[in-house]
Amino acid sequence: MLESQPLLCARAVTKVFPGTVALDGVDFTLRAGEVHALLGENGAGKSTLIKCLSGALRRDDGDILLEGKAIDPRSTLEAQDLGIGCVYQEVNLLPNLTVAENLFLGHQPTRFGMVRTRVMNEKARACLAQYDLDIDVTRNLDSYSVAIRQVIAIARAVSLSGKVLILDEPTASLDAHEVAMLFKVVRSLRDRGLGIVFISHFLDQVFEISDSLTILRNGQLVGSERAANIDRVQLVNMMLGRELQQETRSTGRTDVRTGSPAIRFRSFGRARRVAPFDLDIREGEVIGMAGLLGSGRTETAELLFGIAPHDSGSAEDGEGRLRLDSPRAAIAHGFGFCPEDRKSDGIIGDLSVRENIILALQARLGWMRALPAREQAAMVKDFIRKLDIRTSDMEKPVGQLSGGNQQKVILARWLATNPRFLILDEPTRGIDVGAHAEIIRLIEDLCEKGMSLLVISSEFDELVTYSHRVIVVRDRRHVAELTGAEITTESMVASIAATGSQGDAA
Amino acid sequence: MNAGIRALGRIAPQLATLAAILILVAAVFPGFFDISLANGRLYGSPIDILNRGAPVALLAIGMTLVIATRGIDLSVGAVMAISGAVAASAIAQGLGLAATLALALGAGLLCGIWNGILVAVLGIQPIVATLILMVAGRGIAQLITEGAILTFSHPGLLFIGGGTIAGLPMPVFIWIITGLLVGLIVRRTALGLLIESIGVNLRASRLAGINTKILLVAVYMASGLCAAMAGVIAAADIRGADANNAGLWLELDAILAVVIGGTSLLGGRFSILASLIGAMIIQSVNTGILLSGFPPEFNLLIKATIILIILVLQSPRMVAAFRAGRRVRKTAEAKEESAFS
Repeated sequence: MLESQPLLCARAVTKVFPGTVALDGVDFTLRAGEVHALLGENGAGKSTLIKCLSGALRRDDGDILLEGKAIDPRSTLEAQDLGIGCVYQEVNLLPNLTVAENLFLGHQPTRFGMVRTRVMNEKARACLAQYDLDIDVTRNLDSYSVAIRQVIAIARAVSLSGKVLILDEPTASLDAHEVAMLFKVVRSLRDRGLGIVFISHFLDQVFEISDSLTILRNGQLVGSERAANIDRVQLVNMMLGRELQQETRSTGRTDVRTGSPAIRFRSFGRARRVAPFDLDIREGEVIGMAGLLGSGRTETAELLFGIAPHDSGSAEDGEGRLRLDSPRAAIAHGFGFCPEDRKSDGIIGDLSVRENIILALQARLGWMRALPAREQAAMVKDFIRKLDIRTSDMEKPVGQLSGGNQQKVILARWLATNPRFLILDEPTRGIDVGAHAEIIRLIEDLCEKGMSLLVISSEFDELVTYSHRVIVVRDRRHVAELTGAEITTESMVASIAATGSQGDAA
Repeated sequence: MNAGIRALGRIAPQLATLAAILILVAAVFPGFFDISLANGRLYGSPIDILNRGAPVALLAIGMTLVIATRGIDLSVGAVMAISGAVAASAIAQGLGLAATLALALGAGLLCGIWNGILVAVLGIQPIVATLILMVAGRGIAQLITEGAILTFSHPGLLFIGGGTIAGLPMPVFIWIITGLLVGLIVRRTALGLLIESIGVNLRASRLAGINTKILLVAVYMASGLCAAMAGVIAAADIRGADANNAGLWLELDAILAVVIGGTSLLGGRFSILASLIGAMIIQSVNTGILLSGFPPEFNLLIKATIILIILVLQSPRMVAAFRAGRRVRKTAEAKEESAFS
């Protein structure tokens, strides 16, 4: 293939959504016969860019050239006809149809308007043989594993389009063996001259398969490089946009908490979610958790809180073993959890601020022992004042509050239960600067009062400010633990970027 | 005081609808509001509505709780048939009244547990889960009655359907007391809050530590219990258990009562009082049509039309349009005032 002629080229593509600029003049060049990784944190604009390329969204400005000709796909169907196919993370196939039907849906071989099932099945078999896949194509798709479904989705996309293949997090739910199988397919397609766009949060995989990398941040292009010319530290820095000089504090808190741990987790883990880890939590300690999206941060939190209960290891405190197989059980042991996705996991939107705040305490008291109205009002008023929750009325539906205030309401919900161990997953995401600072101040206050906290955050500066210890997670594994002076944004970045063999922090 | 006004505001549309329908019927049928006392018993259309509306009112109490959790219970009509059959067969076998009632209500609770387990433990969609018992329930009832209409003449059991206390029919007391009791329980304890929380956001409720499974089973049990009471009343009323026709289609009237009562099928905020008024609205329509003397073949059409009008008036579009209109008028008035001042 010619190096000079790009297969797919996007120039200054811009997409504006109400309130945000999702893509701000982004350039992207894909050559034939290469795997090109598209990288960036959540909200960086990866999805928007591939949606613009695959016709799912229409760009507001900029040009897209396919083999030098300007194109303007209005729908995914049109993009498909032009040669651009897309396979999404949640495979967009129909699980209750057969493999062959899925492959040929919409263009089945027909005679007199009737589908020729036998011909279709044969063609399907031939098609999948190219991918070294020998399966019964007459069985329903849902009888196969996610990895096989991915390959089938790829086969369908390639047979329909055949020039550009976009893979959006194809490996998110695959194990190592399945990833290897998928990569074999991807490599063979690359060798056939297709241009492949690959999105993944797993850096190991990115370096394993990619020829080129393009990094986006906040809707802007940060850089585009040949994979050989960039190392992990540079890459992570580009993704996170570190500007290291601007911190107020460059290393973590030095008032290291000693004493025996209040809660001990031993080889705590869950298959396919988080590899077993040991964790000690001391009274009044803030443990930060750093890692890229999908690295096992939220999975760890959900494991500790019993949402996806552990299947290995144990937890104990001074009094004995802790049963942590459901959120209810975890709450009974004095745990609390502010989830990352406030809307779906946190707030009860139609209920009032008051009801949302008392909910966890009331759930623990049981339905028989309703908190007296006067006590509720006093408690809620107190939290509204202490956390500075901006609401006109404690009876206002919480769904009408801003993101930062909703976050504070959920915090108040847990503080009302007076927990000994509070897990905060991205407590400052999506909230304005003022509320951001208040929440950080609050975290510091709580730990002064002896509460133990585990705080997950993508804001490394923030972790440096309040953490006594930082756990670094990568590829669903706890890979490093930094304490005191070791806690710097550089060391966190280095730990995230370290390859598996190098192990601990550099 | 404030809370009282808010509660009244909540049921105002239902009260207005009920009043409108009663006035409409009275216009067509003068003497509608007449009540007379004979043989120590009150007679008259309003009493009739309260009495005839008992089964749907009872079903609506349980249905409100189920719908508040974002569920639905299609089996209540069949559960009525089952509990009626159990009551009739128990009394026929010579059991006492207390044991008979305990068995009949126990059957309803059992049905509720069945539905609750399908929904809460196995995670089957409520509409499908309760459809199973809706179909199977009448079969179970037929097995109990052995295919016949089991008649009985036990005076105690008949009293539940036709007896009077202080001139008022027994079923009226049953549904009003049940409604008050359930209403008090859900609002005086934290049950109402927890149920609403589950209905709005099941996952977040679970994460907040609510025992969602037990609560879900409990609301289906409440629904089963209410249906069993309605079933005993219906059987006592006709002095027999009719497995095929007892409570037939009443699940739909119960759902309708809840919807007219303003509880969203998407779960969340609920009002048992509003659902009970909804049940009375439906019964007023039924009774009104009968009284008005239209040929019976029009009855279903008229009922459907009246309900359509009620639901259109309550639809989000109409409510929004009404509110917008009021706002425009208010701002216009405000402008005029400021122009004059």
